[in-house]
Order: sequence, then structure tokens, then C-alpha cells
Amino acid sequence: MNRTKGDEEEYWNSSKFKAFTFDDEDDELSQLKESKRAVNSLRDFVDDDDDDDLERVSWTGEPVGSRTRPGSFQSLSDALSDTPAKSYAPELGRPKGEYRDYSNDWSPSDTVRRLRKGKVLIFLKRTLSKEILFRELEVRQIALRHLIHFLKEIGDQKMLLDLFRFLDRTEELALSHYREHLNIQDPDKRKEFLKTCIGLPFSAEDSAHIQDHYTLLERQIIIEANDRHLESAGQTEIFRKHPRKASILNMPLVTTLFYSCFYHYTEAEGTFSSPVNLKKTFKIPDKQYVLTALAARAKLRAWNDVDALFTTKNWLGYTKKRAPIGFHRVVEILHKNNAPVQILQEYVNLVEDVDTKLNLATKFKCHDVVIDSCRDLKDRQQLLAYRSKVDKGSAEEEKIDALLSSSQIRWKN
Amino acid sequence: MAFPHRPDAPELPDFSMLKRLARDQLIYLLEQQHEVDKLYKVENKPALSSSEQLCFLVRPRIKNMRYIASLVNADKVAGRTRKYKVIFSPQKFYACEMVLEEEGIYGDVSCDEWAFSLLPLDVDLLSMELPEFFRDYFLEGDQRWINTVAQALHLLSTLYGPFPNCYGIGRCAKMAYELWRKLEEEEDGETKGRRPEIGHIFLLDRDVDFVTALCSQVVYEGLVDDTFRIKCGSVDFGPEVTSSDKSLKVLLNAEDKVFHEIRNEHFSNVFGFLSQKARNLQAQYDRRRGMDIKQMKNFVSQELKGLKQEHRLLSLHIGACESIMKKKTKQDFQELIKTEHALLEGFNIRESTSYIEEHIDRQVSPIESLRLMCLLSITENGLIPKDYRSLKTQYLQSYGPEHLLTFSNLRRAGLLTEQGPGDTLTAVESKVSKLVTDKAAGKITDAFSSLAKRSNFRAISKKLNLVCGTGMVRGVGGFIPLWSTFLGGNVLERRSWQGLDEVVRLLNCGDFAFTDMTKEDKASSESLRLILVVFLGGCTFSEISALRFLGREKGKREFIFLTTAVTNSARLMEAMSEVKA
Repeated sequence: MNRTKGDEEEYWNSSKFKAFTFDDEDDELSQLKESKRAVNSLRDFVDDDDDDDLERVSWTGEPVGSRTRPGSFQSLSDALSDTPAKSYAPELGRPKGEYRDYSNDWSPSDTVRRLRKGKVLIFLKRTLSKEILFRELEVRQIALRHLIHFLKEIGDQKMLLDLFRFLDRTEELALSHYREHLNIQDPDKRKEFLKTCIGLPFSAEDSAHIQDHYTLLERQIIIEANDRHLESAGQTEIFRKHPRKASILNMPLVTTLFYSCFYHYTEAEGTFSSPVNLKKTFKIPDKQYVLTALAARAKLRAWNDVDALFTTKNWLGYTKKRAPIGFHRVVEILHKNNAPVQILQEYVNLVEDVDTKLNLATKFKCHDVVIDSCRDLKDRQQLLAYRSKVDKGSAEEEKIDALLSSSQIRWKN
Repeated sequence: MAFPHRPDAPELPDFSMLKRLARDQLIYLLEQQHEVDKLYKVENKPALSSSEQLCFLVRPRIKNMRYIASLVNADKVAGRTRKYKVIFSPQKFYACEMVLEEEGIYGDVSCDEWAFSLLPLDVDLLSMELPEFFRDYFLEGDQRWINTVAQALHLLSTLYGPFPNCYGIGRCAKMAYELWRKLEEEEDGETKGRRPEIGHIFLLDRDVDFVTALCSQVVYEGLVDDTFRIKCGSVDFGPEVTSSDKSLKVLLNAEDKVFHEIRNEHFSNVFGFLSQKARNLQAQYDRRRGMDIKQMKNFVSQELKGLKQEHRLLSLHIGACESIMKKKTKQDFQELIKTEHALLEGFNIRESTSYIEEHIDRQVSPIESLRLMCLLSITENGLIPKDYRSLKTQYLQSYGPEHLLTFSNLRRAGLLTEQGPGDTLTAVESKVSKLVTDKAAGKITDAFSSLAKRSNFRAISKKLNLVCGTGMVRGVGGFIPLWSTFLGGNVLERRSWQGLDEVVRLLNCGDFAFTDMTKEDKASSESLRLILVVFLGGCTFSEISALRFLGREKGKREFIFLTTAVTNSARLMEAMSEVKA
């Protein structure tokens, strides 16, 4: 910490920094008289003369006692102590004079520094039992939280960050700083701000997320500028047919990927707007990629592209269809986009679980699949029942009849 | 169908008094201003008014102060001088004054307080309308509203007699109780000698049981809240519900006869019930066919109005049902419920996790995805680190990187956490079971400090048999809210937490039970059957419904509810979300 003493003084003595103290609500604390008095004696460390200026406020935020306009508050320890009344600890039995060096020499910031280093705490530790000391710190925790919430509410970002820095609460410091980006509307300014967040003391995973956020916005700005240009030029078919409804800025990654699969599907990996580039840069898992690409291509009714998504060639050159997301999902998405029955049928056929396959086939009226499934399950009854659902005299009806009369099949019912 | 009014049910206190009291206070405050011209809602627009005085009735929030300041300063710039009054409800906070001073207008406004903190939403439901309580206390650790709660309790005890029996569970409950006691002591004598109207009061912290609040609601009232958002006891039904081109604001309480009968019903029963009612209504209308003039006259003057009213209400609720059903089928509701049940019971956790992962991938709904993750986390004592990292990454990718902040909040509130080493369920369960048998005090303290923030849901639910396949399925499908167990008799009968010690220890929060015999003696047996349940942090309609049912089932008890706000899982998740969706 490279703060000058002047900064600290200013910080502690500024009128903005209001104290929250508590009325002595805590039963257990009030029972332990030593602790109360011992904590009160902490106030000896502070200049007594400025007492009147100390605004004391109950934990509800209501000023306690007089309503004088607040002056500066004296020290963190005072602010956080839980002491409505002042009294001395007779048990401690030492005259105030012995702490002269404490009270006069210490500026408020000194008090706090020493508090942190444990000098005051050591004093307390020697005179108080462990339970009491622990409770004191606990009480301070509550006061601290109030302070933090208050600073957040009034939007005093600088003070808040200073406080976190002071308390060595590095992760909260980082998060509070990051939170500010929500108040920056201009994309370029926001991007610059995000850059400043990258080196902050986040956890390892969060650091990666912050980096990704920056990279994403950076890309989005480029894509947005480019596409707006293309759209206004009016030469690109995809933009003519499907004009953009919104800007891609500040959209989540998956939405950006969808957009990219929609408008820039065929682009090579080299461009920022290509889906493959996005996948690589942000390490998007296959599942997510396929799901999103499918949704985009299905919306455009680009069935060949859909086909290609699932087709893999094995080493013998034979093609096979595979999906990391389960074909029942594929079917649902195709159906949602009003895919023609032949296409639907093809994918329903690929569903592995026979019951699911049958359900979906029935639901989407993929007759051939239903018929074949019934045959595979040797379920005569169901086939018979389905006969009434197909058109009279259709090829499907004929197929059903052929099967029903076949002697090759050993029906189970 | 509905809970028929039992002749032996204890009579509820008259809460309309609270409304009159508040109204009188406000009138008094406003009258001081001589005339009130118009009432404006505080929004982000400048208030156009030619009045000489502006009076603001606001919640004590900083953003409201900034709004007022911008108005006053705009006037100053325009050279306008006016009088300004700010009425804070339910109370003024010092921080507000500070901001007014900062903005340079402290001297220009006069401040007052309107201590209106209890809004009767129904005959048995009081709300403090403090939705911010949940976030302020359970996330930020800010105790500012506890005083408000204590004041409200004090008001209640002043109006409706002292409460002979007080119980509570949760740190906030304990603080509120102690503060309230202090208030009572300071104003001793006000309630001395009065006959108590309510025999028991029970304070509960929201975080003692998050699971119930996060489960899908299955009773009609809960679903209406989930789908349409009930605000202050009324709901806005849009054109798709009213079957016209207008929206309608409907008050939902016991006075709506149709609503009253279906509000606590499981949704699967509601549609059938409404259809039956529609048929009955038709039959009533048809009666007029066989009537003579005299009968017809009678019919028109006496019955028709009532029938028309019923008709109107019926069609509204049927419309609402249709909306709800449409939304459910769209969301693949069956699958969702199945996953929830699996989480509650502790089966098929991998499958449930996959379901949640897919839910996120498909960008179904940011709030729902969060809700499911929280349910998983609470029931499993935190997500395993691999899942936490992976689900978090996927959430950020699907719904936005800024939700990093949301995750941080959820972690702090204990709603969505990562298991540390030694936190796996088996480790915890063995630790916990060991504790229960091991009476050495020191060991318990140490062990509990390490279990500090764990929910121990599975252990508790096993001990209390909360997850039931069949049996009482009120309120929450297949799951008994934790409250029911406490309020179901044991604590109330024994006037203490005896017998539930283990459970209380597992919950690892404060509890208390206090009986004032002098007051109890004065209480009638009637009033001893009335229990006021105070939810600190909010409660859902499902919980209210479950408790209403419990009261009547467990024999002659009646519950009254006081909540800091009515809530649902969506509101809880939104409160934790840093980014406004």
C-alpha cells in the first residue's frame, strides 16, 4: 500500500465518512461488563476533546442523542465499537495516564494501523478472555457490513474501494471495481474499462471470465461496425432477407454465437465474425456449439447445413450421424422451426431410446417411423390403433396392412 | 374443496383497524400542508405541477432522495421557489438526510415520517411490503429493517393484546424479538392487564428454509403469483386473460368468492373445479326459463347481480388458468417437476445436473436456471467444484458475463456455493451424526463452526421426514415445508424446542421460546388457538397455503401471517441478481 499519510488523514477526517455504532443490543455483550468497559477504554486512545463532534448513530441509521450536524468521526475503532456510554474499567485498575502515549501520539490512522497490526488487539487479548475478544470482532463485522452497504448505496465508489483495500479484501475490491462497468453505456468506453479490470485480484476462474468479457465486447464492437456497414450497403443477401432486429453489443456469448451462425455461417476461421472463430476463442463446448448452430440453421431452413452438422465420416469414408445433444432435442428444435416431415422423420429415426422415438414419431406424425417402431417392438395393438390415424388408401395404410398380415412377425399382442 | 368455514374455528382479529390507523396518520401529515392537490408516483420523470407545494411520500431509499434532489435543484435553476415536504414511510434513515445534505437541499425540505408498516392483504395475511428486507439483510448483512419489524410487532401487541407465548428460530428472529422486548419494556403498562387476542407468535428467518421458497409452486394462488405477479394483494390480468382488449386489475382476497375456493387448491384440481362451477352457473341462469313474472322480478333484483359477478370472476380465473397452463407446457413443466423431486429426494443427482446444464444451454430463462442451481446447491450442501465451475461458465456464456456478480452474491448469501474439501455429503452426514451422539460440548462448537454455512438439508429432511411420496402434498408438491414441522404442534404444545434440539442444532442458528405466564393466564382458550407466524425475509403463497391447511388439519388451530413481503422464487433470485434482467 503506497498511500501517503495525508491521504489517510483525509480519508478518516472527511465529513463523508459517517459512523455507525450500535446501541448495546447484544444481550451477551451486556452481560460481560468487562468487555463493555474494556471496549470503552479504547476510546481513551482517541482524542477526548473532539468527543462532541462524534456523531453517534444507532444501527438503524437514526442519530442517537443530540442532533448536531456531524463532524468528522475519529477512528475506525471508535466507529466500529459498540459503546453508548463511557466508563472506565475499575478491574483494569490502571490510571488513564499510563496510556498517555497511546491517546496523544496516535492519530486516528495510527490507531487503525496498530489495530490491524494487532497491538491494540494484543492489549485486549492480555486483559480480556478469548470469548470477549472474539465477540468484539464479531460486533465489528456487523458494523463493517453496514458501512459497506451504506457506501454502496450512496454510490461512494472511491471510499468503498479504499475501504476494501485497507481491509485487504482483495476479491471484493475487484468485484466492486468490475461492477462499475454496468454504469458505462458507451461500448468503447466500457471496453476500455473492462481492460482495466483484467489485472485485478480475482480468483483464477473469475480472471478468465473477466478476460472473456473483455474479448467478447471487443469482438462485438468490430462485428457490429462491420455488419452495420454491410446492412446499409444493401448488397448482402442475408441481411436483406433477414434484417437485424437489434445490435449484438453486450449480448451474451451464446446469443453472439447464434447471430454469427445466422449471418456469418460460411466464413472462414480467420474472421472475427465466424462461428468457428468464436468457438475456438472462447472454448465453447461441442454440445453448446451444435445446439446453437442447429437453432440458427433450422431457423433459416437450411436443412443441408443441419445435415452436415451431424454427419461425420469415419476412416472408411462412410458417413454416420452423431449428435452430442441427443436427437430428441434435435427433433424438437426442427419441429419448432416447422421442418418438413421428411426431415423430421429422418431425425426421429435416429433417436436411440425406442419409447422416446415412438412418442416423438406419434407426436409429429412421422408415420413410417411409427410403423417401423411398432414392428420392431412387435406391438400389434399399437399398430392397429395407429391405422386409424393415417389417411385412407395411403401408402402408409398399405404398409400397415402388409405388416399386419405378414406371417414373418411374431406379434407379442 | 375450499377450506369450509368450521364453526369451531377461532375468530380472527380485525386487522382493518391497521388500515384505518395508517390512513388517519397520513391524513394528519398531509393536512399539515393545507391542501393536497395531486398525487404523483415517484418515477424517473420530472413532475409537472404548478402547485406551490410538493409533497413526496417515499421509501427511505437513496435513489428516491436523488430524484427529489434533482427536482428541487431543477426548480432552483429555473428560479422557482416552492415548499417541499418529504414523508418517509415507514421511517426515515440517517443516510437519506445525509444525501439530501450532500445534494444541497437539506434546508429546503421538511421531513416527516409515516409509520405505516402493516398492510392487511387478507383477513389472515399482513404484509410489511418490504421486499428489500431480503436482500438488505440476507445479502448485505444490513440490519436497518429489524427496528421496523420490532415496531410493527409492538404495534400489533398494543392493538391486539400482548402475546403470551413467543418462539423463534433464526438470528434475525432473535434480534427482532430482543429489540421488540426492549420496546415493550420501555413502554410498559400499555398492554398490562389486557386480554390477549393472539396466543402465540412465531418468528422465522427466511434462510432457515430456502428450499420451500425455491420449489415450484403448485397451488393456484402461488401459480398466479409466479405467472402474473401479485402486488399488494392485487394482480393485473392482461387481455389474453380478460378475453377483451383491456387489462384488468383484480383484488385477490377472501372476498372474491371464486378465488377463495380455489386459491389453496392444487392446480390439477382447479380447472376441473372451475368447469363444474361454470356448469352450475349456467344451470342457475337457466332457471329463469321456467319463471313467472313475479319470480323473474325477484330473480333479477336479488340473484342476477350475484350471478353476473360470479360469472365475471369465473371467466377471469379460467382465463388465468389457461395462461398458466400454456406457460407450463411451453416450459416442459413435467420434466422440471421431475428434476425438482429428484433433487429433494437425493436421487439421480447426475441426471438432474445434466438437466440443469441443458436448461442453461438452451437459454430457457436466467431466473429459472439460477433457481435450479440454487436448489441443487442447497440440497447437496454445495455443488462439487467441477460442477460449480462448469455450470457457472455455461451460465455466463448463456446469459451474460456480468452475472459473475450475481454468482458472487449468491455465494455470499449461501444460496449457491461450492463444496470445500470435507464437505461432500457423506462427510457432512457422518460429522453431523457423530455430533448428535457426542455430547462433549467443545467438540460440538468446533464442528459447528466448520459447518457454519451448510444447509444440512438432507440430514434435516431425513430426520423430519419432509420428503413424502404420497400423503400431504399441500402447497409444495411432495414436500412438507420445514415450518409445518415446527408449527405442527410440538413446539407449540410443549412451549419449547425440546425434542427438536437436534434439528435446531443442524440448522445452526439461534432459537428461543418464551412464555409469559401472567399473560397466558389472561388468554382465552380461543386466543390460544391463534398463532401469528412472522416471516422475516418473505414467504410464498404456497407456504401460506400449507400452513392454512395444517392449522385446520391438526385440529382447530388458525394461523395468521405477518411477512416482510410476499415473495416467490423468482423474486428471491432477482433480489440476488446484480444485473436487472
